[in-house]
Amino acid sequence: MSWISNVLGSSIGKKLLMALSGLFICFFLVIHLTGNLQLLAGDGGQAFNEYAKLMTSNPLIKFVSIGTYLVFLLHIIDGLMLVFANKKARPVKYAVGAKAGSSISSRNMGILGSIILVFLVIHLYNFWFVYKFGSMPTVDYGHGPVKDLYKVVAMAFANPAYVILYVLSMVAIAFHLIHGFASAFQTLGLNHAKYNGLIKIAGIAYSILIPLGFAIIPIYFYLVLA
Amino acid sequence: MKVKVKVWRQKNAKDKGGFKEYEVLTDPDSSFLEMMDVLNQDLLNKKEDPVAFDHDCREGICGACSMYINGQPHGPSKGTTTCQLHMRSFKNGDSITIEPWRASAFPVIKDLVVDRTAFDRIIQAGGYISVNTGNAVDANSIPIEKDKADEAFAAAACIGCGACVAACKNASAMLFVSAKVSHLALLPQGAPEADLRAAKMLNQMDEEGFGSCTNTQACEAMCPKEISIKHIARLNRQFFKSGFSGNQ
Amino acid sequence: MQLDSKIPKGDLADKWTNYKSKVKLVSPANKRRIEVIVIGSGLAGASAAASMAEMGYKVKCFCFQDSPRRAHSIAAQGGINAAKNYQNDGDSVFRLFYDTIKGGDFRSREANVHRLAEVSASIIDQCVAQGVPFAREYGGLLANRSFGGVQVSRTFYASGQTGQQLLLGAYSALSRQIGKGQVEMFNRHEMLDVVMIDGKARGIISRELITGKIDRHFGHAVVLASGGYGNVFFLSTNAMGSNVTAAWKAHKRGALMANPCFTQIHPTCIPVAGEHQSKLTLMSESLRNDGRVWVPKKKEDCNKDPRQIKEEDRDYYLERIYPAFGNLVPRDVASRAAKYMVDEGRGVGKTGVAVYLDFSDAIKRLGKHVIEERYSNLFEMYQRITDENPYEQPMRIYPAVHYTMGGLWVDYELSTNIPGLYAIGEANFSDHGANRLGASALMQGLADGYFVLPYTIGNYLANEIRVDAIPTTHVAFDEAEKKVKDRIAKLLSIQGNQTVDHFHKKLGKIMWDKCGMSRHGDGLRQAQKEIAQLREEFWSDVYIPGTDAEFNPELEKAGRVADFLELGELMVLDALTREESCGGHFREEFRTAEGEADRRDDLFTFVSAWNHTGVGQEAELVKEELEFNNVELKVRSYK
Ligand SMILES: Cc1cc2nc3c(=O)[nH]c(=O)nc-3n(C[C@H](O)[C@H](O)[C@H](O)COP(=O)(O)OP(=O)(O)OC[C@H]3O[C@@H](n4cnc5c(N)ncnc54)[C@H](O)[C@@H]3O)c2cc1C
Ligand code: HEM
Ligand code: FES
Repeated sequence: MSWISNVLGSSIGKKLLMALSGLFICFFLVIHLTGNLQLLAGDGGQAFNEYAKLMTSNPLIKFVSIGTYLVFLLHIIDGLMLVFANKKARPVKYAVGAKAGSSISSRNMGILGSIILVFLVIHLYNFWFVYKFGSMPTVDYGHGPVKDLYKVVAMAFANPAYVILYVLSMVAIAFHLIHGFASAFQTLGLNHAKYNGLIKIAGIAYSILIPLGFAIIPIYFYLVLA
Repeated sequence: MKVKVKVWRQKNAKDKGGFKEYEVLTDPDSSFLEMMDVLNQDLLNKKEDPVAFDHDCREGICGACSMYINGQPHGPSKGTTTCQLHMRSFKNGDSITIEPWRASAFPVIKDLVVDRTAFDRIIQAGGYISVNTGNAVDANSIPIEKDKADEAFAAAACIGCGACVAACKNASAMLFVSAKVSHLALLPQGAPEADLRAAKMLNQMDEEGFGSCTNTQACEAMCPKEISIKHIARLNRQFFKSGFSGNQ
Repeated sequence: MQLDSKIPKGDLADKWTNYKSKVKLVSPANKRRIEVIVIGSGLAGASAAASMAEMGYKVKCFCFQDSPRRAHSIAAQGGINAAKNYQNDGDSVFRLFYDTIKGGDFRSREANVHRLAEVSASIIDQCVAQGVPFAREYGGLLANRSFGGVQVSRTFYASGQTGQQLLLGAYSALSRQIGKGQVEMFNRHEMLDVVMIDGKARGIISRELITGKIDRHFGHAVVLASGGYGNVFFLSTNAMGSNVTAAWKAHKRGALMANPCFTQIHPTCIPVAGEHQSKLTLMSESLRNDGRVWVPKKKEDCNKDPRQIKEEDRDYYLERIYPAFGNLVPRDVASRAAKYMVDEGRGVGKTGVAVYLDFSDAIKRLGKHVIEERYSNLFEMYQRITDENPYEQPMRIYPAVHYTMGGLWVDYELSTNIPGLYAIGEANFSDHGANRLGASALMQGLADGYFVLPYTIGNYLANEIRVDAIPTTHVAFDEAEKKVKDRIAKLLSIQGNQTVDHFHKKLGKIMWDKCGMSRHGDGLRQAQKEIAQLREEFWSDVYIPGTDAEFNPELEKAGRVADFLELGELMVLDALTREESCGGHFREEFRTAEGEADRRDDLFTFVSAWNHTGVGQEAELVKEELEFNNVELKVRSYK
């Protein structure tokens, strides 16, 4: 098994983990968004609440979600490790910083990631933690009480500060992915004149559409429902 | 024309170093290094220590020259080394800040001169085809697709100047390493060792303290030979292959 | 003194084969105990160091650059010759041999040149095996181009970067041996003396350029692969650091310097632009395949925009004087013709020291895209340097110093007259006679390093197996080190008022004006005086900052210029005593009625090898007569 530690211990190996975990999270975000869009179903939250229940009770899904947490953790820890190692590779900074030749996002993946991390902590605390361990209002759709996450969401998004935090964080994710999506393919060694354009366009489309989808929810709640 | 240059001066590796400003009278047809020559002659005439900088061929091919000029390795002209940069790229009265390459793997020796032997050690770790003198078969016995040969050549055009490291925010040497890995992997002669070579060179790169690649592409933009980052993708592939085929 | 060139007996074509089958060998167990020092990591040095290390010798390799990959060989552009006959155009070993001998104006040794032609094919095989990406045809086979003055296509190339690719090949082989611990590499080290024990070369003294530390190194043999000395002219196409120091120190220890005045002046270089010019850039000779060289017929037109000068007012002088070869006459002829035009006052450009190389006809005839395909990288380079677009206006070119055929005298085994001291590559004088053909320096450097020296040195080392490494505490090392240190101390103690460059430029001007493209006895005698005087000024008025115990590029330069100042005098002496015109050496007094070179075979068919007798004293001439048994000495004619 030493080759595993060799590969993963190397700089490219660490990058491989970043790319795989990053793309996995991208995939997760699509699922997450599909679920969340049920908040906009206009049914007072029934679909969403039942979905939330399913997601937390089905053992298989539970198993998958633990995996997801781990992937997040991996991405975060590995990412921060890379950021610090890379800082060490240039102990003395230039007096005139480099600007040409690279995009702002690409130069600031660590900062964008950290913003996302702060967001994640708040986000998890607001919803996941409360759902699991807090006292939740319940509602009954005819087969026993179900935790009313919809209400918690609606309450949170009545607060303009949260809305702004969410929207800005989605912007951060968008920028993280504008570079990250295509970058992950390059890391995986997928660079080919024929497909680069496609990957780039798909990356930009993804980086705009998914965060936009997430951002619509708080805005909708704040503007329409509140 | 007259320019103001702000140059990093550092007596030796241990010295703290700092910037010093000078005015230089030069002309637009002079090369950047000729402008530095004039500065040095001025300093010598004043019995001051001239600015040390690496240079040799002054034709853009040996890779010795290495100045970080106004925030860009080799200055503002695309696909150009410092020695091929000309003063006509600047205006009369311009201020020009000149720094050495900055990377922990490239420690400063004096002023603008840095130690780039880390690159040599990376090549020594595996940047070759293992063939002894006298072992070769007839050169035309293995035809090589022209496209592949051309691509191998494009990668082999690397001059080992280190601008990629200087440009990269992570001081990564991936463009340098990948250019050599790619050059040799593309040729049938280099294929048998391709996996092992990638692994060995990469490990050495890590050991030397270069950063990792964030795919910012600054290296490609600043490379005086305009070497493409697609070679980095090829290096990545080769490296994964080496890992998964258990070659390490 | 008698020189023995050690040419093996037998037919020309069999000499090398016979030699190899009889040469003494060193057993693997003994090789492990034998140490060889190689000075230089260019094509010659890197290939020799790598090959000897592969054979099992312990090798120490030195270069003054920060990496062996940056040796001056990296800058060669055009290509490398080899008698492969891949084009089926009638090439053969004999033809390559003959072209090289003739190109050298019959001033080189038959046996050496024939061997060079013999091993040329193996060089290409070796390089391809190492991964050198030579240009290829669509069928996947190697491409060739033709090069100056020959009728076959035998030049292999990698775009305009052949030297780079070949050197990177040799560098990778060298790196492999460094990685294995078989070669110990000393970057940023300058060799400053040869150590002699009992008449044999046994080591060197070197200076670590970063710390200034002086080191001693023992070797059973020492190989000099330190390149050419074109920088004695200050301005040349050589890299800034190219110098004669290693060869000169050996010369002062008794190694003979052969034909030092044979200098190649390349006709197509970008002209000097201003007084701060530090070096000259070559534009590949291949440009003359499509460009037409001209100057205005009338002096008044010289400052006009060339595009405004009417066809009938242009003098396509090469086509006029040499109708048979036209723009493709050999380098020496083209260079001299350009000089005459400028001397007549018909030079062009701001300085008046240039001629036009015009592509407008070729563009009209072939279309711009064809010219682009052939020369775009050169055109770009030209535009970057001059800020003029050669697609729209003619290039301005002028000859510049490019290569030195002269160098340390070596015998067939590439050994100098000092046992144990070898010289390979541009540092020796061997194969190019009075003029080198294009694309044959790379061939010679690699032939010497890969295929000749590793064998011939064994013939010497086989007798050295009983010699244990001599400790560097030996008195000979003490003496040599003291000499080196004293000289550095002396240089630093002068603290005068002129910079090193000041002297270098002055020396360069004397050499260029009086010992350059054409030479005259009067000028040469004057140059002798001027150089002697300049040398005195140097030793009393040079200013070198800093100390010897630090990284001090001015000190390095000073040491090199001091050696150039001695070499210059020897070159002038050599030029003065060679009372004929041959190849790159053109004596104005010795020309035919038509004004062409008058080679005097009856009197000068010999190698002038010079024995050092002391600085400022006239060196002693030792002649090696040249015998030609396989070719007829012909007069080169390009009319
Ligand atoms: C611009 C240009 C283009 C050319 N193009 C061609 C071409 O197309 N085809 C062709 O055949 N030839 C060409 N030539 C000629 C050819 O490049 C050289 O003759 C050849 O490369 C010389 O190789 P070398 O190994 O002998 O020496 P070099 O490559 O000059 O190497 C000398 C080595 O010696 C070291 N050294 C020197 N002195 C010392 C010292 N005192 N201590 C320690 N180390 C020392 C240096 O560090 C260096 O490593 C060209 C030359 C020039 C200038
Ligand atoms: C919405 C969640 C996230 C997604 C979808 C995501 C996705 C990605 C992707 C696809 C990459 C590109 C990988 C590559 O270049 O190969 C990446 C890189 C990166 N991510 Fe994330 N990421 C997320 C959250 C985070 C967080 C919370 C951090 C925390 C610090 C972070 C830090 C980084 C860093 C530092 C990189 C650059 C690594 C490198 O190239 O060296 N990311 N991310
Ligand atoms: S000095 Fe050789 S590349 Fe600039």
